[in-house]
Amino acid sequence: MKKTKKTPSHPLDDLLRTDRIPHIWCPGCGIGTAFSSCLTAMKESGIDLAKSVMVSGIGCSGRGAGYVKLDSYHTTHGRAIPFATGMKLANPELNVVVFSGDGDLFAIGGNHFIHAARRNVDLTVVCVNNFNYGMTGGQVAATTPYGAKTTTTPVGNPEAAFNLPLLAFASGATYVARWTILHIRELTESIKEALLKRGFSFIEVLSPCPVNYGRRNKERPLETLRAYQERTIIKNNAPPTELDVDFAKGVILGKFVDVDRPTCIEMYDKTCRPRELLEEEKAA
Amino acid sequence: MKPAVLTGEHFMTGDEACAEGGLAAGCGFFAGYPITPATEIAEHMSARLPELGGTFIQMEDEIAAMAAVIGASCAGVKSMTATSGPGFSLMMENIGLAICTETPCVIINVQRAGPSTGLPTQGAQGDMMQARWGSHGHYEIIALAPSSPQEAFYQTIEAFNLSETYRLPVLIMTDEIVGHLSERVVIPKEDVIRTVSRLTAKGRKDRFKPFEPGPRGVAPMAIAGEGYSIHVTGLTHDEKGYPVMTVEAQAEMMERLTGKVRQNLHDIIRTESYRLDDAEIAIISYGVSARTSLAAVEEARAQGIKAGLLRLITVWPFPEDRIRELAKRVRGFVTVEINLGQIHLEVERCAGGGVPAFLVGHPGGTIIPPERVIDTLKETFKR
Repeated sequence: MKKTKKTPSHPLDDLLRTDRIPHIWCPGCGIGTAFSSCLTAMKESGIDLAKSVMVSGIGCSGRGAGYVKLDSYHTTHGRAIPFATGMKLANPELNVVVFSGDGDLFAIGGNHFIHAARRNVDLTVVCVNNFNYGMTGGQVAATTPYGAKTTTTPVGNPEAAFNLPLLAFASGATYVARWTILHIRELTESIKEALLKRGFSFIEVLSPCPVNYGRRNKERPLETLRAYQERTIIKNNAPPTELDVDFAKGVILGKFVDVDRPTCIEMYDKTCRPRELLEEEKAA
Repeated sequence: MKPAVLTGEHFMTGDEACAEGGLAAGCGFFAGYPITPATEIAEHMSARLPELGGTFIQMEDEIAAMAAVIGASCAGVKSMTATSGPGFSLMMENIGLAICTETPCVIINVQRAGPSTGLPTQGAQGDMMQARWGSHGHYEIIALAPSSPQEAFYQTIEAFNLSETYRLPVLIMTDEIVGHLSERVVIPKEDVIRTVSRLTAKGRKDRFKPFEPGPRGVAPMAIAGEGYSIHVTGLTHDEKGYPVMTVEAQAEMMERLTGKVRQNLHDIIRTESYRLDDAEIAIISYGVSARTSLAAVEEARAQGIKAGLLRLITVWPFPEDRIRELAKRVRGFVTVEINLGQIHLEVERCAGGGVPAFLVGHPGGTIIPPERVIDTLKETFKR
């Protein structure tokens, strides 16, 4: 086939490694939507993209770093946040975005998440929550609702799920929001805000996994999206304790936390560095 | 960061000397987690780095510490961490990431007796094979073993230089005894300390291939934020850095990762020979056990036994050719180490059955007295 046009065919082509398309995400998967929302936000926010980095862990969402045409790091399972922490502290000029999944960030990487939030490392963490381990074929996750079927809970999940915004809030995150991939405008605006926010920002994106999760729980792809539309309510500043994900009762979306406190680097400079050194740096 | 050289004569521990060596090499980032007997390195760095413009962070565990070190190095700052056995085990995952992504960094393991929690305050050399093979998959690694605080200082600089030259994690396999030993350490003037920094990316940003081998088989490194839009992954990847899930790509990547070490052994391997020219028995040792061995050589010679010492300054890659060459002219080998036979296995392998190889080992917790080495020399090499 002959290439006739060199003009971009998609508004995000300049931010994509088009030579790596097609991507690995399944039909009906929500990660691509969350990903393009994230890229749109990065583009529209006006941040210096040459100084922007995407870090991912392992899993379906973790493949995000592989498709973005920025400096991008696909690290080990659960370790995107500590990797990003080292990168940000070593070069505070970088805008560091962590794009990864719920299994990666909250099971194997849970410890790193709470500590980065506590330290208030200036990162933007976008978590695609599809309620299961998609890449390995649909196992139970720390976010799987009670009773849901997965390949490792064949008769139903006996455990309770994390309320991620509550966890982020309790750990000290300065920006916390939740949207679904159906709420693309709100999501994009939210990521944009988070990018421009100094401090640890966390955005949970509820996302369908029809192939591995929906199928086993008798939930057709369109039904999932319908639930995102009909069984959600936008309630900004809702108390984080009310944010459990239970579509039978209804799921609250919105921006829940937007506060200011000094970042990890600001506190380190203020507390640990000699004043003369800071003044020297300022002068330079 | 600019090297910070604490020129002068000092009385310091091996742990402190490692920290000062790192600073003299230009280390600007340290991420760690407290663990006996390596904690003093983190403590020293926590005081020194912020006043020099660098950054110290105590992470939530050693997994995170190692991840942060790699992240910082990818951002262009020379980075290191320090730990001991249990923490070394936790670091293995991301040491593999540093190998696969070719990220320079230095890891100091102040060894204590294991397995598991073992003897936290007492020394051993039981992690030598873990240093070689502890992360999954096949790879090459560089590990040094200092015998004194003075050498800990120089080896940490050397570790950074090797790491920056070959773009891989370099290990300092010291131990509790050297780590907690206070001795004279002379730190020279800055201008006589040789420091090496990685080759960085140059040229057209759209054509740059981040893993295309350059001089010595090592690719110049693009730093995050320089506009090269690189992709770095722990998946098997091609020269562009893109994941490729094929047998061929795996073979090509493995050739790059192992070749840069295997093709430069002459530049990497460092040993020290003592009275080996006319030796009938070659003692092989490293780290604190080399001091035991040195005393044993002197005493054995006084008793008429022609012993010599090959001290391994770099333990990995193993000096196979040197052992094979010695095997042609000595009557046997004795390996002295505080474990129950690790480097001994390598010596035995390279001796190839031509001459016998014996072990003077120890389960860990203290140094091996020279008398035990002499007894072995006498028993096994009776005329």
